[in-house]
Amino acid sequence: MAYSDKVIDHYSNPKNVGTLDKASNTVGTGLVGAPECGDVMRLQIQVDNATGIITDAKFKTFGCGSAIASSSLATEWLKGKSVDEAVKIDNMDLVEELNLPPVKIHCSVLAEDAIKAAINDYRSKNGLEQLVFEERIH
Amino acid sequence: MLKLPIYLDHNSTTPMDPRVLEAMIPFFTENFGNAASRNHSFGWHAEEAVDYAREQIAQLIGADPKEIIFTSGATEGNNLGIKGVYEMYASKGNHIITCTTEHKAVLDTCKHLEKLGAEVTYLEVQPDGLIDLKALEAAMRPTTILVAIMYANNEIGVIQPVKEIAAIAKKHGALYFSDAVQAVGKIPVNVIADGIDIMSFTAHKMYGPKGVGALYVRRKNPRVKVTAQIDGGGHERGMRSGTLNVPGIVGFGKAAEIARLDMASDTERISKLRDKLENALKVIDETYVNGNPAHRLPHVSNISFKYVEGEGLMMGFNKDIALSSGSACTSASLEPSYVLKALGLGDDLAHSSLRFGLGRYTTEEQIDFTINAVTDTVLKLREMSPLWEMFKEGIDIDAIQWAHH
Repeated sequence: MAYSDKVIDHYSNPKNVGTLDKASNTVGTGLVGAPECGDVMRLQIQVDNATGIITDAKFKTFGCGSAIASSSLATEWLKGKSVDEAVKIDNMDLVEELNLPPVKIHCSVLAEDAIKAAINDYRSKNGLEQLVFEERIH
Repeated sequence: MLKLPIYLDHNSTTPMDPRVLEAMIPFFTENFGNAASRNHSFGWHAEEAVDYAREQIAQLIGADPKEIIFTSGATEGNNLGIKGVYEMYASKGNHIITCTTEHKAVLDTCKHLEKLGAEVTYLEVQPDGLIDLKALEAAMRPTTILVAIMYANNEIGVIQPVKEIAAIAKKHGALYFSDAVQAVGKIPVNVIADGIDIMSFTAHKMYGPKGVGALYVRRKNPRVKVTAQIDGGGHERGMRSGTLNVPGIVGFGKAAEIARLDMASDTERISKLRDKLENALKVIDETYVNGNPAHRLPHVSNISFKYVEGEGLMMGFNKDIALSSGSACTSASLEPSYVLKALGLGDDLAHSSLRFGLGRYTTEEQIDFTINAVTDTVLKLREMSPLWEMFKEGIDIDAIQWAHH
């Protein structure tokens, strides 16, 4: 299968690979996927508590090139957004930007789930209620 | 100067040897006759060429030329061998024994026969990929007509204890069929010494052309017959009708002859390169070689690089190196290799595997390049892998409740 140039670029030069302090209450961590499925994504956001703006985002991903590219692009998009804006990131935006083929759409879904999981982790650390997301079939 | 890309997928197919192509060329244009045309010289020439190829192929496997039935390839051979026995020996029984790591051409053929009334036992393999002979013995029934166990596995290269399997089958009055597509031309195969009754193999895995294969069908001790699956002009002793692919058969014959003459020197050279590759990659932490190392084809190495995913790994070098992964992230099912899972490998290790298949034209320079490219990519992806980070922190990954999707 041929990968798009954008997937190859993110795979070769991934943005924001790394780890934030998951114990900090300004950091939200989302860990999604499963080793058995061949995809595990960990996405973290650093939030400025005063402004609600995401000042930094990091990821680590076990998975194929499309999964790595989806998480790399997601971290790029997260930086500078408010938490409220970040919730609205849709997996289909990732699909479109990376030109993912149908068999790789689940990679973008995983990235969206990781964003939401990270936001909920941040919210629970700060005494905010959990956002409830629609159950989706992957 | 190293020419890219490097081909290390010789278990899926091999390039044709130029000597094979040279032998084939006259049979497309000048000697184009139908080998079944008995009344003119065009037919005689073609038949002569086919007979010669039949001898070359028979010699490679220690058979009589009359025992070679030409087919379109090993998938057809597996179908003909198994379905043909099931039909021919229906009055003797309906039980077939095979194993879970067989090629789909065997497994799906068995599943097809189950729908028609066959009873099939699918033996599990041991963690090293070999079948348990005691389990085979225990599975034999008075109604067992066929034991279908491959010679060598296509994904991990393990060589099954063929002689012992044949002895057990014989003791219980069953026939022994072997899919030997990965073994013939690579390691010594002798149907008499091995005790095989029916065996399928193909030209394109041994530097011959695609679209031509053979089924060995024993004529003595016992005399075996299979019911034709393709009816027509009664070619190939009535077991496989259809005009013979004369140029393909000529090429197959030549490929068999070269394999027989060059096997010892090819094996010595290729196995050294394989060992060099494997030893260099084993230096990387948390790397596991799959399959019994003592009973394995000399040109195959299947390695799991824990905590990196196979397809992601291949992407790091697949513009330069062609090989195969046990991961199936490209397929809609997301299921990793059933062969690796049958060994008892966790899905994580099955998803993390690469199959290296070396061949006649593999060079040391190519292996050195591959060692560097694979090592660099594994290390880079591990820096990016959350599982590797957890492993390094001593977190038990198996204890985590993963959300399955």
